[in-house]
Amino acid sequence: MSAVLVLHAHPSPSRSNHNRPMFERAAGLDGVTAVDLYASYPRFRIDVAAEQQRLIDHDAVVLQFPFYWYSVPALLKEYLDRVLGHGFAYGEGGDRLHGKTLLAALTAGGAESAYASDGSNGFDIHTLLTPLRQTARLCGMHWAQPLVLFGAHEADGDQRGAHTERFVASLQALVTGRPGPLDGAGSRSGRRGGRRGGDGHGGQAARGDAGARS
Amino acid sequence: MNALLVQAFMFLLAAVIAVPLAKRLGLGSVLGYLIAGLVIGPLLGLLGASETEDLQHFAEFGVVMMLFLVGLELEPKALWAMRARLFGLGGVQVVGSAALLGGAALVLGQSASVALAIGLVLCLSSTAIVLQTFDEKRLMKSDGGQGGFSILLMQDIAVIPMLALLPLLALPELAGEAAVQAGAHAGAGASAEAAAGAGVGVGSHGAEASEHAESFSLVAGRPGWQVALFNVGAIAAVVIGGQYLSRPLFRSVARTGLREIFSAATLLLVIGTALLMSLVGLSPALGTFLAGVLLANSEYRHELESDLEPFKGLLLGLFFITVGAGIDVALLGEQFVIIIGLTLLTLAIKAAVLWGAATLFGIRGTDRWLIALGLAQAGEFGFVLIALCLQHRVLPPAVADVLLLVVALSMLLTPLLFILFERVVLPRSLADRTAGADDADTIAAHRGRAIIAGHGRFGQVVNRILLSNGFTTTLLEHQSELIEGQRKFGTTVFYGDATRPDLLKAAGLADAALLVVAIDDIEPSLALIEYVRRERPDIHIVARAFDRRHVYRLFRSGANDIVRELFDSSVRAGRYALEALGQHPFEAERAVQLFVEHDRAGLRRLAQLWRADVPIFENEDYIDLAKEITRELERAMQGGDIEPERARPGWRPSGNTRAGPESSEDRGPRDRAGESGGEGGAEGSGDDKASSPEAQRPAAT
Repeated sequence: MSAVLVLHAHPSPSRSNHNRPMFERAAGLDGVTAVDLYASYPRFRIDVAAEQQRLIDHDAVVLQFPFYWYSVPALLKEYLDRVLGHGFAYGEGGDRLHGKTLLAALTAGGAESAYASDGSNGFDIHTLLTPLRQTARLCGMHWAQPLVLFGAHEADGDQRGAHTERFVASLQALVTGRPGPLDGAGSRSGRRGGRRGGDGHGGQAARGDAGARS
Repeated sequence: MNALLVQAFMFLLAAVIAVPLAKRLGLGSVLGYLIAGLVIGPLLGLLGASETEDLQHFAEFGVVMMLFLVGLELEPKALWAMRARLFGLGGVQVVGSAALLGGAALVLGQSASVALAIGLVLCLSSTAIVLQTFDEKRLMKSDGGQGGFSILLMQDIAVIPMLALLPLLALPELAGEAAVQAGAHAGAGASAEAAAGAGVGVGSHGAEASEHAESFSLVAGRPGWQVALFNVGAIAAVVIGGQYLSRPLFRSVARTGLREIFSAATLLLVIGTALLMSLVGLSPALGTFLAGVLLANSEYRHELESDLEPFKGLLLGLFFITVGAGIDVALLGEQFVIIIGLTLLTLAIKAAVLWGAATLFGIRGTDRWLIALGLAQAGEFGFVLIALCLQHRVLPPAVADVLLLVVALSMLLTPLLFILFERVVLPRSLADRTAGADDADTIAAHRGRAIIAGHGRFGQVVNRILLSNGFTTTLLEHQSELIEGQRKFGTTVFYGDATRPDLLKAAGLADAALLVVAIDDIEPSLALIEYVRRERPDIHIVARAFDRRHVYRLFRSGANDIVRELFDSSVRAGRYALEALGQHPFEAERAVQLFVEHDRAGLRRLAQLWRADVPIFENEDYIDLAKEITRELERAMQGGDIEPERARPGWRPSGNTRAGPESSEDRGPRDRAGESGGEGGAEGSGDDKASSPEAQRPAAT
């Protein structure tokens, strides 16, 4: 059994169609600690010591957020800026996160096809997630295969439900340490069909990391 | 009665005319008083010599009060920290000046004992003039000011052994005469206060003055060990009384809320201490100084200061006038060159010794000049010692008369030396320094200081925030119960009504950067701000308002930041209420932020329409705008301004051909959502309130 920490960051929960239900499901799972960052720190004063302890107490960290401007929402960025301090997460003596897993679970408004060199977003999602991935690397964490819901605006109830189930399955896999649904499957892409998002190095990396942490 | 009134009228008139004139000419108030004295005394002959000396005896009490006030500024800790300078710098000055001045007298043909007496008389400086001028020119906190103060304090201490020593120098050839006089006044140990009665110019009256004073002495005619015992006892009484009795006394007086009784208690304390010291033959000035130091930590410090300040000012002014009036113009005319020459010689020798002593104790630059020029004069204690010398036939009357003139003239010239310092030394050193970096001390001293008027629940929070961020605050509160409570928590709050100009002045209004008006009465707060705004157009004022009407009035009075006392707490309660009803904390936070912005903007608009002469309920324009603002607020709160969409759901960048068909398919509901202002909630529009579109558009805020 591993302890899983879900850090949920959505600044407008009442307008959230996907992240909120995903978070609420996560909160009900055994072995999962689900934290609503915007509810905990509505005035952005993060309790760094408490959050660092929380990271220490868990084996896997899941960042669950809507993809804003190719990055995380402001409070999650503030969290990373302040909690992943020198001497804690990186640098001299900064080994407290070594060996833990980091999973990014995000929703993106654009279709998967827009996340391509010929799409309006110009890069695929793995390239765009490079900063987070490198953050995990510098902290000695395993970068799990990201879980992405593309075309979040257009997703209907069924698709939403399916994505939530995949999310739940991923969390349970992290808790039990068994390979999750993503391993080998790549990330869920867009609305219909396309598995392209999970292709190539991303999928490989996810598999490798998942193997290493058990 | 009439004679008294005429005299008082004359003095006040002279002061009221001469002092502002002197100040306008940049000469300082001291010179103004001295000139006023010169005019009404020797020049117009309105004041006889004997009246002058009686008055001076009375006016010297101003010096006593001044030392009490100086003591109030000096905590025991600070006094202890000064000890090296006090005894070192002060000791070098007293011994050095006395030796050199005495030596000069010896060279000029005086006998050894007369020369020693002259040295002792002239080595003392004028505490009254120097401290008054330091204060006026804000030099007290400078290194030179502190050094100068140490020297003056040491001189006050040195007077005590001098008073004991001088009678031993009695001249044999004058002794016969002395015996006759001494017989009339049994006992020789006249107190300083008694001898002070001698006054200027007419030393022979000294004996008379001491006669009535002696009748109050406890130590006259007692053996030395008993005198010492009395001295120790008196000092112990001041220390114990100041430490343990004064506070309960002031507390019970403050409870009555009667200001004049507080003033009476203050005067009682000072006069009582001075009297006790006189009775046992110690310097009353030194005694009250000690009492002042003991009360420096007390919460009543600023109130004591502001109560005594006018008395001290008037008495000192009177004292300076008597110095001016006491100048013996006839004698000066006869021996003009000799007396002026002796005066200049005295100033030169004293300045040289002061310069050397300052150098020895590491005082440099303008501070050294300040000490050398500022303390070069002889002082009021010189008068006291001359009187004592005459009484005991230590000095021949002819020498004493010249000496009295030298002392008075050197005091008269002191303001000119200060002007020399200001006009010549300071500009030069400023030019030398050319934008040199301030050291840490200067920065610390210049860092903004705040006065907090009112230390109730409101002022306390402001104070704690300022203190915890390293700022210095001065707290004023007129409810003595509050002060006592705060004392128990280690906070020093000063007792007094902050709307009183003199108390504000004592609290340091002149150099404060910020005033926080945290008192909870409406009218006094307005009066306070209007006054402070007049005095200090540049100070920043943060004011506590009771309600909107108070806000408008505070604004017109000149407050910079106006805080409705219950507004922020109500807003916070509102936010908790939203959270309790299930609103997400971050959305609740945004909602109240929006509310605050709207409300404050509305307040600013309403302020334009508010009129002092029209009740709000009759001000139609005001009512209309208030209604309009309420409607606007409601629209904003319900219209999605609280949580503006971070992006428009389903927006499609052009040129993404693959996304094309999908976007047209979904446009309908999306657009509706946009039009309705994004009202959320209805299950059916689930997708429309979808969280963000993410990465395709900047957030709307």
